[in-house]
Amino acid sequence: MNNLVIKLKEANLTGRGGAGFPVALKWESVINALGEKKYVICNASEGEPNVFKDGFILENYPEEVINGIVLAMETINASEAYLYLNPNYYDQFEENFKKIIKQRPIKLFKKPHYYIAGEETVICNLIEGKKMEPRQRPPFISTVGLFGCPTLMNNVETFYYVSKINKGEYKQTRFYSLNGQVKNPGVYELPENLSILEILKQTGNFPDFEFFVQVGGGAVGEILLSEELDGQAKGAGSITVYEKEKTDFYKIMENWADFFLEGNCDKCTPCREGIYRLKQMVKEKNIDLSEMEPIFENLEKASFCALGRGAAAPFRGLIKKILK
Amino acid sequence: MSKEIKIKINGIEYSGETGETILKVARRNSIKIPTLCEHSDLEPKASCRLCLVAIEGRKGLFTSCSTLIEEGMEIKTDSEEINRLRKKNLELLFAQHIERCNFCVREFNCQFLKLAKEYGIDVKKYEDRKIGYPKFKFGPSICFDSSKCIDCRNCLEVCEKQGVGFLDLENNNSFLEIVPSKNPKRDCVYCGQCVIHCPTGAFMEIDSVAEVESVLVDKDKYVVFQIAPSIRTTLGEEFGLPYGTDVTGKIFAGLRKIGAKKAFDVSVAADVTTIEEAEELIERLTQKKNLPMFTSCCPAWVKYVEFYAPEFISNLTTVRSPQMILGGLSKTYFAKNDGIDPQKIIVVSIMPCTAKKYEITRPELEIEGLRPIDYVLTSRELARIFKKNKIDLSLLESEKGDTPWDEPTGAGIIYGASGGVTESALRTAIFKLTNGQKLEQVEFKNLRGMKETKEAVIEINNIKIKVAIVNGLGNAKEILKIIKQDPNRYDYIEVMACPGGCIGGGGQPLPTTQEIRELRAQGLYNIDEIKNNRLADESPIIKKIYQEFLINQEIRHKICHTHYLIKQKENNF
Repeated sequence: MNNLVIKLKEANLTGRGGAGFPVALKWESVINALGEKKYVICNASEGEPNVFKDGFILENYPEEVINGIVLAMETINASEAYLYLNPNYYDQFEENFKKIIKQRPIKLFKKPHYYIAGEETVICNLIEGKKMEPRQRPPFISTVGLFGCPTLMNNVETFYYVSKINKGEYKQTRFYSLNGQVKNPGVYELPENLSILEILKQTGNFPDFEFFVQVGGGAVGEILLSEELDGQAKGAGSITVYEKEKTDFYKIMENWADFFLEGNCDKCTPCREGIYRLKQMVKEKNIDLSEMEPIFENLEKASFCALGRGAAAPFRGLIKKILK
Repeated sequence: MSKEIKIKINGIEYSGETGETILKVARRNSIKIPTLCEHSDLEPKASCRLCLVAIEGRKGLFTSCSTLIEEGMEIKTDSEEINRLRKKNLELLFAQHIERCNFCVREFNCQFLKLAKEYGIDVKKYEDRKIGYPKFKFGPSICFDSSKCIDCRNCLEVCEKQGVGFLDLENNNSFLEIVPSKNPKRDCVYCGQCVIHCPTGAFMEIDSVAEVESVLVDKDKYVVFQIAPSIRTTLGEEFGLPYGTDVTGKIFAGLRKIGAKKAFDVSVAADVTTIEEAEELIERLTQKKNLPMFTSCCPAWVKYVEFYAPEFISNLTTVRSPQMILGGLSKTYFAKNDGIDPQKIIVVSIMPCTAKKYEITRPELEIEGLRPIDYVLTSRELARIFKKNKIDLSLLESEKGDTPWDEPTGAGIIYGASGGVTESALRTAIFKLTNGQKLEQVEFKNLRGMKETKEAVIEINNIKIKVAIVNGLGNAKEILKIIKQDPNRYDYIEVMACPGGCIGGGGQPLPTTQEIRELRAQGLYNIDEIKNNRLADESPIIKKIYQEFLINQEIRHKICHTHYLIKQKENNF
């Protein structure tokens, strides 16, 4: 087995885009896939509200990211790579990355502003000049990806840590985006096994008011009460603090619905119509779980891609835990 | 390499082949799985989410339209959970769609409504999201009521497949929605494949039923109907008859019941088209001019050339399509012989086609200030008129068509299937080039079938005719690219815009699928096979009309030929 893959395996590195898939496994499947040409894509589409740690890494550690991409290209034997950037990051960092990349075969690609454009099969479609729609899986992109070739796609933070692991500098940390009603908002690099409670405390952000948090993304993230903070921050590693008294719960839910409706591809019925109906109910403050639960179930079980499947949880969490 | 795969569906073993989907195997074995967005012509999009099934040992549910079978797969097509999810999806789909069931192309055959009944859902559970959405009219042919659209995007896909690309997705308040293209280089060619592929009747023909009904009761008018070659083996479907059943005589009987003064057969004029076109082909071959010659009886193809590929206009045969020739003959020769004022004759053409509604509006086709055809009804519209009048076609006794346009040859009938025009023209061309010898070969089976592009070389008296037959406009676009590279590759090219030719036309009964098209085409070839006259030149009607009326170039040109013009975009919104 390749040295770096062994190191990744020993480090137990998991993907930092949100799904938390073991990185070594993903790399192995691309290494084992047959194909004349292989691609590496660095996903820097970071498009969910309240998540900004990839932007922080792109700004502060661009060399590490490119180094991670180069290592991946060498390891899976890819002749080309793409750095797929959300439009803001593209505009901000394009020049700097071009300087770092130099003549290497790493191309920058500007993502459209839609959230769905960050989904891995959509990314392949868009780079190929096709429609902004997810593809049916299987086949997975590790075997049939960009231009039909085996493709390795990881998140910015993952490539950053690949570089660190290769240098022996990895200390089991990850990046957290702290935000909401906190005193010290920002991006923090802290141990990955730290509890949410400890993160809030260590960053001086533990509130002195009644609160709840959304963890792992400002839209698909999980809703947790102040007594539920012993677990770790999963997903995209964001922690958003809401002051219970001052929060308009309906407004939060409407914002989620708007975000999903604006960001989805409108291809499948549950995501396009189900979320629209949720939005209508929230707007009318007509919260009836017996009406909503079938839509949640439909989103979770019948949606085409992960966007729709993940869209129900925050609504259910907020309604069940907070609105009751 | 396909290999046999054994699977179980609901506990019973079935076999399939590599590359087949669960849905395909289920359908073949009459296992019902509900679908809306699936169509045999298109890649599965898996967007409506109705065809969900469970697979033993796998987490979650899978869309059967897009999931390939694997050895040993155990599939369940029904469960309480699946049922619940299908119901919710149906409710959500109906929550977009405005029900205008009483005036819909799917009025009598709506899969969407059937599913609502089957699953017992409330179609009005939610307020319709698309209230107030616009209606678009594409020329005189097609209407798109976007408030009935369920966003399956089949129309977009088929329009792209046709090489037309007149439909786009546009962002409207966070929803990506189908709209006609604003691009000045894109225009509708009216083929109507969007109608065929729309599951909810959002696309339909622009209806001429009311106008035809009003002329039928106008005592001052003399209404003659004429029927296209292909509809004789398709219209029966609307009345429960098997695919491909010949209902020519029943249609004539039905037309008389609704008040037709005369019921004519357009296939007779197809024989005229054949003779004129074969002559033109021989002339062009001899002079080596404007080759390859393109057929022009498909009005969607003609519009395609005029708008998208005007550099090829001179390749189109100048011969008019059969419906235009017959309309012209009816308002001149027939009118004079029967002593009827041509101004009072109303010709209603029953066509498999939405583009034929456009063709009749072309001013260059007028003869002495009159349009040869007044109205075109699609086969679906005629079925609607029959049903409104409680006429069940399947129960009618067959009747003969009216003289003088009653008896076509087999050549005129096979016009309705891809390859038919070429086969007819070749029969005549060979007859002419061999100075009227009896044909040794009548059938050209290598020109038949649903294959999208067919090629053949026919040798007659040391003259080689290289032909290509194309169905589906997207394939025609490819052929044009080939000709640009290699202008001498073909002498004669038949193009039908719709898959399978007119039997797959945009005005044909719903559903239309690959399998159904094959059966319809076979029906036409069956009629041809038992005809005494299978060569246009042998038709007594044709002999008579060329002796009595089409006697010189001038009159032949007036009735049977036309010209074409570069087209600007016609549909701007």
